[in-house]
Amino acid sequence: MARYGMVIDTRKCVGCMDCVVACETENNVPVGFSRDWITTEVRGTFPDLTMEIRSERCNHCENPPCVTCCPTGASHVSELGIVKVTAERCIGCKACISACPYGARYVHPKGYVDKCTFCDHRIKDGKDPACVSVCPTHCMYFGDLDDPKSTVSSLLRTRKWHTLLPEAGTRPRVFYLT
Amino acid sequence: MLEVTSTRHNPGIDPMLHVWGWEIPLYLFFGGLVAGMMVLAGVAMLRTARGEDTKAFFSIQTPLLGFMLLNIGMLALLLDLAHPLYVWAIYITFQPLSPMSWGSWVLLIVYGLLLISALIRLPESWPWLGERVPLLQKASDVFVKHPGRMRGLGVANIAFGIAVGIYTGILLNTMVARPLWNSAVLPLLFLFSGLSAAAAAVHLATVVFPGRPAPRGLIGGALAAMTQPLGAEPPAKKTIDTVIRADVAFLIIELVLIALLLLSLATSTLSHIEAARLLFSGSYGLVFWVGVVAIGILTPIVLQALELSHRIPHTVVPAVLVLAGGFALRWVLVNAGQASAIVQATAP
Repeated sequence: MARYGMVIDTRKCVGCMDCVVACETENNVPVGFSRDWITTEVRGTFPDLTMEIRSERCNHCENPPCVTCCPTGASHVSELGIVKVTAERCIGCKACISACPYGARYVHPKGYVDKCTFCDHRIKDGKDPACVSVCPTHCMYFGDLDDPKSTVSSLLRTRKWHTLLPEAGTRPRVFYLT
Repeated sequence: MLEVTSTRHNPGIDPMLHVWGWEIPLYLFFGGLVAGMMVLAGVAMLRTARGEDTKAFFSIQTPLLGFMLLNIGMLALLLDLAHPLYVWAIYITFQPLSPMSWGSWVLLIVYGLLLISALIRLPESWPWLGERVPLLQKASDVFVKHPGRMRGLGVANIAFGIAVGIYTGILLNTMVARPLWNSAVLPLLFLFSGLSAAAAAVHLATVVFPGRPAPRGLIGGALAAMTQPLGAEPPAKKTIDTVIRADVAFLIIELVLIALLLLSLATSTLSHIEAARLLFSGSYGLVFWVGVVAIGILTPIVLQALELSHRIPHTVVPAVLVLAGGFALRWVLVNAGQASAIVQATAP
């Protein structure tokens, strides 16, 4: 089984939101909802400031609290190692939304809980997720973390990186290069 | 300084989590209340098995009252679901790591237990039914005439009552993303809050539903069974005093558990300290300290202590305050808990 992950180079990201628009179009995300979004983090005191721009989404954690708390198994890890929701099993109890430290999930207007799928319908055809494929600065990489020859694996070996809220113990599979 | 800007604006998630409104606190309140009532009914059943208190109230119709109240809680739970037509999906699987899955199956057993416990005593409070439905009378005899079985039913009521009371806390407790709930004290706090609410509810019911000789017919009997949930005989003064004394004990334990909850949060990580801070200011602080602690716990302790020592007459005021405090506790913890989040450390 592949272990898909995403690597995003914050040194190249300009926060253009192309990934956000591409996701909305590709996945028919209802208006007013986001499966991915841009976070801008400014640290320091003027004039010594540093800024990090990140394209954020579900981290497809290796230890996903949203999956363990689900009473029906609607929230699950797919055969591609991707955290997904089966709409026909979801009762809309929202426990997974409360359990997610990243705010990556929302209630779809149709009632079930919805989120980023890493565009697994595209992965199955050998394509990158929509957000990755449209990025004009080529700051996003997608691939198999178990394959040592993949771009994502070599980037994680050679560059400094961090994940979001590592203290939550969720082991995210979206990595940010710094 | 740390300044974070996000383009995300998902309803119920941003700017702070608020996916659970009034329904979940109401459900947790009634769940805890019924859990406590099962424990009290279970204790009464053990006494019935020993031949004490065979005709009076608690063991006879507390389960019936509990069954009715549980339905209110379950209705609130159903109203909270965003995809309610798929609620059956809970009962085609068992997820061992999901507290909600455990709770759903335990609640199914609880429904059965309450129904059995209520039905077997119905022929006593509604003789018409026992005469017309011999099967019910037979089922009643199976338990009521055998102290061993009655004892078993009592133990089952106590065990599953405690399970439900604890489950409502574990449900919140397991979510690492919500620091306010990350204390192992929470399940115990909900259990004892449920027990004190149950004692208050039973006390209230003895006053609201005075015992009258039960009419024997179809309509009169049914009405009597429903509107006199504690049975035809008014409870003895001694028993009421025992309930009040138990309520005071539960409230004192609750107070200690609240102190432990705050202490465990205040001595933990920055996220937990910030979470505890939510209970010390704004509307959460007001509801917590005035609604839960002052009105819901301290005032009833004082009033009931004065009642027990005959310095003031018995009233239902403390019972009403305890019930209001029990709901306020669920409300403030569910809402402030959602508002709590893992905090990022900032550079000096």
